[in-house]
Amino acid sequence: MSPIDTNILQIKADLIQMWSLVISQMEKARIALINGDHDLAREVVMNEKRVDAFELKIDMDSESTLMLKNPVAIDLRFILSVLKINYNIERVGDYANAIAKVAGNSKEPIPENILQATHLPEMFFTAQAMLQQSLDAFENADRSRVNQLFGMDEKLDKANKKANSVICGLIQQNPENTMLLLDALSIIRKLERTGDHILNVAEELIYYFDANIIKHSKLLNSDFSEPENF
Amino acid sequence: MTHAEVKNVNVWYDNIHALKNLSMSFQPNSVTALIGPSGCGKSTFLRLFNRMNDLIPTFRLDGLVTINGQDVYKKDVQIDEIRKKVGMVFQKPNPFPKSVFENVAYGLRVNGIKNKSIIEETVEKSLKQAALWDEVKDLLKKSAMELSGGQQQRLCIARALAVEPKLILMDEPTSSLDPISTSRIEELIFNLKNEYTIIIVTHNLQQAGRISESTAFFYLGELIEYNLTKKIFLNPDRERTQNYITGRFG
Repeated sequence: MSPIDTNILQIKADLIQMWSLVISQMEKARIALINGDHDLAREVVMNEKRVDAFELKIDMDSESTLMLKNPVAIDLRFILSVLKINYNIERVGDYANAIAKVAGNSKEPIPENILQATHLPEMFFTAQAMLQQSLDAFENADRSRVNQLFGMDEKLDKANKKANSVICGLIQQNPENTMLLLDALSIIRKLERTGDHILNVAEELIYYFDANIIKHSKLLNSDFSEPENF
Repeated sequence: MTHAEVKNVNVWYDNIHALKNLSMSFQPNSVTALIGPSGCGKSTFLRLFNRMNDLIPTFRLDGLVTINGQDVYKKDVQIDEIRKKVGMVFQKPNPFPKSVFENVAYGLRVNGIKNKSIIEETVEKSLKQAALWDEVKDLLKKSAMELSGGQQQRLCIARALAVEPKLILMDEPTSSLDPISTSRIEELIFNLKNEYTIIIVTHNLQQAGRISESTAFFYLGELIEYNLTKKIFLNPDRERTQNYITGRFG
């Protein structure tokens, strides 16, 4: 094992742990929201510090590796992409935290009719699937899993685009639910942003695997899966 | 602008096949770094251009080595003329046991230049090009052996520049120097490339990254990969290259 391998393996292990924690946070936030579970919501809020601590450690270890080990080629691409992936996964952790806070402050769970109308469960499912898929791609260096992420994000974008009109309609029907519906709208936005952050991660994975920079350009890949109609 | 090239070059020392079927073209006014493990043929390759390998009795060459289209191994070529056009700087600074001034003037005198003012102007110009003038302008009569290692190496570079070479060869020019001297030499090389074509052998991969436009990776006498330095160090095509530059060789 070369000297830099120790650094790389440690950083990879930490990032996988952080990623898994954020996946868990998002799942707990979803359950807390849907079930009105205040204890679970509190647990997510308390765990947010662990996510932040991971982010700091990964940043510092990456900086140290750059400074002391002079990585090149695939090692350099690994460190550069980890720095950006780290930031993006931490932001997703922030969204899970924010969703848990909404759940913790709500007097009751979001009613089923609102959940169905806004497609929140499907959005959660997609966002969480994207999180898991991107982690699997990173952990197993699986390029094929990365391409699928771009199609999955389309589902989140579609639900987000409809959200304003759906929420407005629901408010008109039941004005007493206005605050609840505004909370639902903010969660929709956070889930859509989660998808955007995972796409950023996908771009960094492509850079790491292939040394290709694809940001700000159209991705011409026929592997995209077509979004299902909500 | 100087264009150096090798085509289908094979070199033997007795039965040892030291360089195997190499073909490369060097960009004018640029720095090309040659990297690779010890014994891979980098220095042998470098010495092709000034025919220093000729001094080794068992040396044998097959193929074409050209500078500006001229075959340097052609039968009627004057080796001295070739060596005037090709400057070389070695790993260990090797100033002559003469004064600073005479070290730089030596090449001019040997080439028949006798005019005092031309010699003085050329010595000053060369020492300025080598970023040494300010340190030695009041010490030109001082023995070169009394200079520091970094100063001696810059003096050797000034000596090479004085005869206006077309091509400059450097064989690990900073490996025996401290970091500050190394940094000054690298800065000098970086500036010289505007006027000269430079080929440098280095074991310091970070140095190759800092000062070269192109990098060639040699292994066991073969050219494994030759490309822009940025490409070699970000995304090499060959796994062997990646293993070498990431320190996972062997």
